[in-house]
Amino acid sequence: MTIPQKLRDLAISETGFLFDPYTGSTFSANEPGLTVLEGLREGLGVADIATRLRESFDVPAAADVERDVGEFVHLLRRSGLVPEEFTA
Amino acid sequence: MTAAPLTIAVTGLNATDNPGPGVGVIRALRAHPDFQGRIVGLAYDSLDPGIYAHDLVDDVFLMPYPSQGLAAFSTRLAEVHGRVPFDVVIPTLDAEIPTFIDLEPQLRTLGIGSFLPSQELFDLRSKAHLAHLGEIANINTPATRVIADPNDLRQLEGKLEYPFWVKGAYYGATEVHDVHEAIAAYHQMVAKWGVPVIAQAGVDGDEIDVVAVGDGEGGMVGAVPMRKRLLTDKGKGWAGIAIRDPEIEELSRRYFAATKWRGPCEIEMMRSQSGELHLLEINPRFPAWCYLSAGAGMNLPWAVAQLAAGRDVAPMHEYEVGKMFVRISLDQIVSLSDFESIAATGELHRCTPGDAS
Repeated sequence: MTIPQKLRDLAISETGFLFDPYTGSTFSANEPGLTVLEGLREGLGVADIATRLRESFDVPAAADVERDVGEFVHLLRRSGLVPEEFTA
Repeated sequence: MTAAPLTIAVTGLNATDNPGPGVGVIRALRAHPDFQGRIVGLAYDSLDPGIYAHDLVDDVFLMPYPSQGLAAFSTRLAEVHGRVPFDVVIPTLDAEIPTFIDLEPQLRTLGIGSFLPSQELFDLRSKAHLAHLGEIANINTPATRVIADPNDLRQLEGKLEYPFWVKGAYYGATEVHDVHEAIAAYHQMVAKWGVPVIAQAGVDGDEIDVVAVGDGEGGMVGAVPMRKRLLTDKGKGWAGIAIRDPEIEELSRRYFAATKWRGPCEIEMMRSQSGELHLLEINPRFPAWCYLSAGAGMNLPWAVAQLAAGRDVAPMHEYEVGKMFVRISLDQIVSLSDFESIAATGELHRCTPGDAS
């Protein structure tokens, strides 16, 4: 997977504060969100990120984690933090 | 070897809720670690707030408005120079820049340096010539019409979609939604700034402003782009953040390469929702928020002072992305004697004239 330059350049603090240097926009992410962002920046796919989330957090067995990761990526697209054509 | 200290004259001390850039320029100059000189403020009104910023301005002189004629302005500048000899002048207000351009040769003979564009370039970047500027620099511009008669606005039906902007020759912009609002805005702009008035298509998106300096030979000395984070009711930035976007930098470089702009400017652009950059306006001077450039590590006012003094300045590339400014409004306490001095004598000194240290 090609990691978009905007995602590489996104400033992410340990507190979950995100800064887009291209637009000056700022965002907040919670710990699972940060885990997804870190996974995307490592070039992981949805399945690998979902696995990491299951390992890192107390996730109910019935939860559709892959779908949640997809929704988070959609949110990144909508916020202009990854290109429209980006898929994990 | 340390360069000799400079005495620097700066205009635009009207740090009101729609601030002139002078105070920002002076703060940037003083923030530079090599600054050792003296600041002379040139003000137009005895209540310009920058006059009373005692830790910023060493001497202040009241000036006649440029509209009172070149002779009056030039005579007063020579008087000021006689009282406190200054090495360079940084004008910061749109309406006075043509006067300083006219006076540049005369100032040079007095030993006063400035770093300004030619009158031709000054005219080229005017709002009325924006489309032409966009063509020669290969930069998108919103559809723009020059309006010299209110009836021209009626002819725009079908050519410029509402809402669009009615802009004054120097300052001011009003969004209008029909021809009645457009005509009312036209008359307001003419009353305040004269003709021409500009009608400009709106572009939805995010406004980005760039404080930049051109070297006069097609190069860019430096540039810091900023996105406003908080606006006043007049649409002025009250908070902003330094950003970095290669496309914005490239557009700025194209502007300087195409025009060979000399001196400071503010490039106003809009990134549309489809992601395209549109040039909205070039302001021919530092913006009021220019202190952010110093705060972010690229001190552009200092660079202009050096260039105006005939010193070399290498192109600057680095600044701290994410550095913010958040403006503050506060009350200065002023002694009656200071107000008396500026109101009665037209000048105020905080150290002895002639003591340049």
